Amino acid sequence: MSTSTGLRPQVKSIPELEALSRQTRRLIIESIHTAGAGHIGGPLSVTDILVSLYFNELRIDPTEPASEDRDRLILSKGHSSIALYTVLALRGYYPVDELATFDQIDSRLQGHPDLTSLPGLDMSTGSLGQGLSPGSGMALGARLAGKDFHTWVILGDGELQEGQIWEAAFVAARYRLNNLTAIVDYNGLPQFGWPHESGHTRDIPIDDPGGKFRAFGWNVIETDGHDHQALLDAYAEAKAYTDGPTCIVAKTVKGKGVSFMEGDFMWHAQVPTAEDIEKSGLELADPEDVK
Amino acid sequence: MTDTQIAMRDAWGQGLVELGNEYSNMVVLDGDLANSTKADMFQEAHPDRFFEMGIAEQNMLGVAAGLATTGYVPWISTFAAFLAKRALDQIRVVIAQPSLNVKMCGSYSGILTGKTGKTHQAMQDITIFRSMPHVVTITPADAVELRQAMAAMMEDDRPTYLRLTRDPSPVIVGDDYRFEIGKSTLLREGDDIGIVSTGVQTVRALEAADILAESGVKASVLHVPTIKPLDTDAILAVAERTGAIVTAEDHTILGGLGGAVAEVLAENLPTRMRRIGVRDTYGESGANDALLEKYELTPRHIAEAAQELLSLRPAVSR
Repeated sequence: MSTSTGLRPQVKSIPELEALSRQTRRLIIESIHTAGAGHIGGPLSVTDILVSLYFNELRIDPTEPASEDRDRLILSKGHSSIALYTVLALRGYYPVDELATFDQIDSRLQGHPDLTSLPGLDMSTGSLGQGLSPGSGMALGARLAGKDFHTWVILGDGELQEGQIWEAAFVAARYRLNNLTAIVDYNGLPQFGWPHESGHTRDIPIDDPGGKFRAFGWNVIETDGHDHQALLDAYAEAKAYTDGPTCIVAKTVKGKGVSFMEGDFMWHAQVPTAEDIEKSGLELADPEDVK
Repeated sequence: MTDTQIAMRDAWGQGLVELGNEYSNMVVLDGDLANSTKADMFQEAHPDRFFEMGIAEQNMLGVAAGLATTGYVPWISTFAAFLAKRALDQIRVVIAQPSLNVKMCGSYSGILTGKTGKTHQAMQDITIFRSMPHVVTITPADAVELRQAMAAMMEDDRPTYLRLTRDPSPVIVGDDYRFEIGKSTLLREGDDIGIVSTGVQTVRALEAADILAESGVKASVLHVPTIKPLDTDAILAVAERTGAIVTAEDHTILGGLGGAVAEVLAENLPTRMRRIGVRDTYGESGANDALLEKYELTPRHIAEAAQELLSLRPAVSR
């Protein structure tokens, strides 16, 4: 590891962030089509969270991905890897063309994020419920070393069913880790879960995650996970809170941005066809491209 | 072997304190057992680098992984049974697969756990850790070897499992002994039978060699303190010299030292062998002597296995 002088956040405007989100979603859909496998609903729900963090918040330097003082980000819901890979590519960690290798043999872009294979990752994830614990360790390490970097952990609402999350929530609050922020991508749909009484969808994986984190001693902020300005405000509020860790519950829509995928649990990991790409591409086109 | 009996956990606690003096990046994480494992000695000496993690092993191993990425070397204090099983998926995903430098110390290993019974007896930990790529697996025989192993671990940057036992045991290595990761040591030389042992069971292997000597059988005793990477050359050399091998471990015979030795011999030098360890069963609570007798782990059981092998015709002609 080394220290870097190039650590600073990019500061994109809200329209720029919105354009980057549309581009990210287009690339996600194309990548899953190319790979012929992969998750899609979750990556689309977490896109705006990742775009706003990487393009307006994180102090990072793609030319020095292992810098000791960089902010850390753990995508605990590792099955949304393609969203993270896309944002890292757009942020300059590696060429966007490499997204075409996703899930292929010998690719650095493994099905789930692999710390040993790709620059820009801060932890291996994929087995759900594990990310908040290493995030707590990073926050403890920062405090012990007297460093001011911030650690962000993105959790899926489904993985809040894992007991380890609450072990970590308890200990992070016990150590008052105010340099740690968890963000729940609260899209409300599991892979299968319990059937909703309507018969048409599934029950949300967990009720009131904010209330549960609050009960464990966390500062909780509830916000719209697709509103860039609201997300940026939440990040600032989380970092300003000094008494302990903050959990941002970001309300999202699974499959966000593509009308026929939104809110449909069948699009958890369905592969889009060429026709699907064409239809979604029209919905995700930049306004100036739309006649 | 000397008459001095030292408990490994006392030596471990003292070792933590001294390594903590030397290495400012060493931290200790405890699963609410520090006064049993003796990690409390480190807390006393280095309170700012001791982190109580509560009764939550899965989180503790994950926190250790995070600390390891920020330049610290976390040492874990808990019981071997919980470390190897309660937190196994966490070890696999955030420590072993990314090869992060976490020192996982399993106290109260094996069957001699102070009358706690089967839930606390770690019988499969060696099998589990030796099957995981990247994880060094060390099972010292006594307090002196343990202290040297701890120093070697701090100089090494691989994730490591260190297997500790609870009760006092004799010191068997000499003053000139030097532990090296991946190296075994020939404690006794003899041409008739080879005893390959690890952990505190090496104490009983040496006693078995004494029993055999009374009837004129000369045994080699090879102590294998590193199960992974395994010192295959030394194991093959003992097999070549003696033509018959008995393994001895305070652990299941399924996939532990006995399994590892059987794999090496079967592929390179098929040799008659017997494995002395816990059979395909769980333990129970009881006094140490009673447990060793019931689960057939005493020096007498090792010696009887050797005599039985010697009574057989060679299975493979040389």
